[in-house]
Amino acid sequence: MLAFTLRRVLQAIGVMLAVGVIAFAMFRFAGDPVNQMVSIDTSAAQRAEIRHSLGLDDPVLVQFGRYFINALQFKFGVSYQFRLPVSSLLAERMPATLELAIVATILAMVAGILMGVYSALRRDTILARLFQAISLIGISLPTFLIGILLIYLFAVTLGWLPSFGRGEVVKLGWWSTGLLTVSGWKAIIMPAITLGLFQMTLIMRLVRAEMLEVLRTDYIRFARARGLTTRAIHFGHALKNTLVPVITVAGLQFGSVIAFSIITETVFQWPGMGLLFVQAVQNVDIPIMAAYLLMVSLIFVTINLVVDILYTVVDPRLRSTVGRAA
Amino acid sequence: MTQPVLSVRNLEVEFVTRRATLRAVNGVSFDIAKGEVLGVVGESGAGKSVTGLAVIGLIDPPGRISAGEIELSGSRIDHLPPEEIRRVRGKRIGMIFQDPLTSLNPLYRIGDQIVETIRTHTNLSESAARRRAIDLLAEVGIPAPEKRIDGYPHEFSGGMRQRVVIALAICAEPELIIADEPTTALDVSVQAQIIALIKRLGRDHGTAVMLVTHDMGVIAETCDRVAVMYSGRIAEIGPVQEVVRNPLHPYAKGLMGAIPTLAGEDKRLVQIPGSMPRLSAIPPGCPFNPRCAFAFDRCRVERPEPIRQGTQSVACHLFEPAKETAA
Repeated sequence: MLAFTLRRVLQAIGVMLAVGVIAFAMFRFAGDPVNQMVSIDTSAAQRAEIRHSLGLDDPVLVQFGRYFINALQFKFGVSYQFRLPVSSLLAERMPATLELAIVATILAMVAGILMGVYSALRRDTILARLFQAISLIGISLPTFLIGILLIYLFAVTLGWLPSFGRGEVVKLGWWSTGLLTVSGWKAIIMPAITLGLFQMTLIMRLVRAEMLEVLRTDYIRFARARGLTTRAIHFGHALKNTLVPVITVAGLQFGSVIAFSIITETVFQWPGMGLLFVQAVQNVDIPIMAAYLLMVSLIFVTINLVVDILYTVVDPRLRSTVGRAA
Repeated sequence: MTQPVLSVRNLEVEFVTRRATLRAVNGVSFDIAKGEVLGVVGESGAGKSVTGLAVIGLIDPPGRISAGEIELSGSRIDHLPPEEIRRVRGKRIGMIFQDPLTSLNPLYRIGDQIVETIRTHTNLSESAARRRAIDLLAEVGIPAPEKRIDGYPHEFSGGMRQRVVIALAICAEPELIIADEPTTALDVSVQAQIIALIKRLGRDHGTAVMLVTHDMGVIAETCDRVAVMYSGRIAEIGPVQEVVRNPLHPYAKGLMGAIPTLAGEDKRLVQIPGSMPRLSAIPPGCPFNPRCAFAFDRCRVERPEPIRQGTQSVACHLFEPAKETAA
C-alpha cells in the first residue's frame, strides 16, 4: 500500500515537472517581457539593467531552475498588469473559485446519484424518462448558454437572484467566504447550477448505467435469494458497487470543474481565478497564465492521486492486489 | 403419509416476449419429503433452473408463473405478495447458485454478508449473529472460521466460496434447499466435497434438498429420487436406483446410456439423435417424439400424462395400460 502510494506520488511529481517546463516555455514564446514592462522611451542601457536585475540574461537552464525553485515556494513572479505578486492575486481569488467548484460538485453528486438511482430502479416511470430528457439537455447544451438562460429567467425576468458577483463576503483569515451570508448563497445558486449541470447529468447517466449493470449480477440475485429487503439490496449491495466508477468520474470531474469554471465565472462575473485568467489572456499577462496552468495541473494531479487511493478504500480487491504487487 | 416439505402441482412458467409467449415449464408436478434429496436432471433449457427459481419466487418479468400450485409444508407460496415471499426466501428456502465466484458481493466481508442475512430473518443481536456465523462457517468446513469471517470473497478459493454460499443458504435453518448446479463451476476434486457437504447438511438438519444438475454422477451419488426433465416437462421421476438402472422413458434410457462407465467396455456411448426443441418450436404431442425411436402416431398428437409404473412415474404413451392392451 505504501509502495503503491509512493509510486503514484513519484509519477505525480514527474507530471508536474513536465508542466513546469511548458509553463516556463510560455515566457520565452511570448516575446521579451522587458518590452512589456517598460515604456517606449526607456534607453537600451536601462533595459539591459532591468533585464539583468530580473535575471533574464542568465542561461536558460539557470532561469528555469530559478523559476522552478520559486514555483515550489509558490512564487510565480509579478503580474505585468496588476504589478502585484501573482501568488497573492491567485490566493485572493482562489476561495471564490473553490467555493463555487465545491458547491457545484456537491450539487452534481447529490442530485446526480439520486436521479441516477431513481431512474435505474423505476426505469419505466414518467419521472425517470423526464430525468433522461433533462440529462440529454444538460449534456448537449453549452455551459455559457445555460448560464445566460438562467440569468435571463431568474435575474432579468423574475428578479429573484443577482446576475453577477459573489454577494457579501466574510473574511475568515485569508479565506473570504460567501457561504455565510444570504446574499452570498443567493449569488452562488445560478453559477453552481451552471457549472454543475454537466457533471450532474454525467453522474446521473453513469449511476443509472452502472446500477442497471449491477442489478443484473449474480450476487444481487443471490442477495434476493437470501431474502434481504429490497432496501438493503438496492442501497446497500447495489449502490456500493455502483460507486466505484462514480468516485473516479466525480473526482476527475472536480478538476475539470475548476478548470472550466473559466466560462461560468466569465458569464456571471464571478471574481475567481477563472475570471482572472481570462483577463490575463486578454492582456498577455504571462506570469498569471503560467501560474494558473501550474495550479490547475497541480489540482488535477492531486485529484488523480486521491482517486487512486480512494479506490482501494472502497474496493477491497484492489487493496490486496496492490499489497501483493508491492 | 407425512406431508411433503415441497409440493409442486402442474407448475407452468411462461416468458412473455414481444413475438410469442414461451412456456419454459409446462405442467410439472413433484414432491420432496423431509430430509429427501431430489435430483433434477436434463439438458440445458429443459426448465430445471426455472423450476427452482419459480419455487423460490425469483422469476423476474417478463417471466411469470402462469398456472399451478407450489406448497411449502402445506401452505401455498406461489402468488404471495412480494414482501411475504421475501420473508420465505432465505428463511424457509435457501438457494445455492451455480457460480460461487460471482454469488458473493465482492465489496463486503463474508462475515458481514452472513450476519446481514441472519439478522434479516431472526432477532439475534449483532454479536450473537456473528457467533452463529462463525459456527456456520465451521459447520460447512471452513478452517479457522473466527479468522476467515473477516475475509473478503476474493480471498477465498472457488470451493471455499461455495462453502460460504452454502453457509448463507442454511443460516436461517430452512426447510428446503434449492441447489442450482452447485458443483458445475468447481474442480472435480472439490465437487465431491461440496456434494458430500450438501448431503450431510440435509441429513443432519432434516432439510429437503432440490438438486438441479446435469451431472448424472452427482445424481447417482447424492439423490434419493430423481426427476428427468425434457422440454419443460418431467419425463420420468422415481427412486434414483430404479431410474438409473432401469429407465423407462425413451429419453431417460438415452440419457443413462450416455453415461460413460469406468469398466472401459469397448463400446460407443449411446447418443440421442437431434437436439431438444427450442421453446418457440415445441412439437405437438410428446415433445420428445421427433427424436424418439419408439414414437408412433399418438405421440405426435397427444401429450402423454405421467403414468405410475411401480415406484416410478413416466410420461410416455408406451406405458399406457388400458388402451394399448385393448387395441
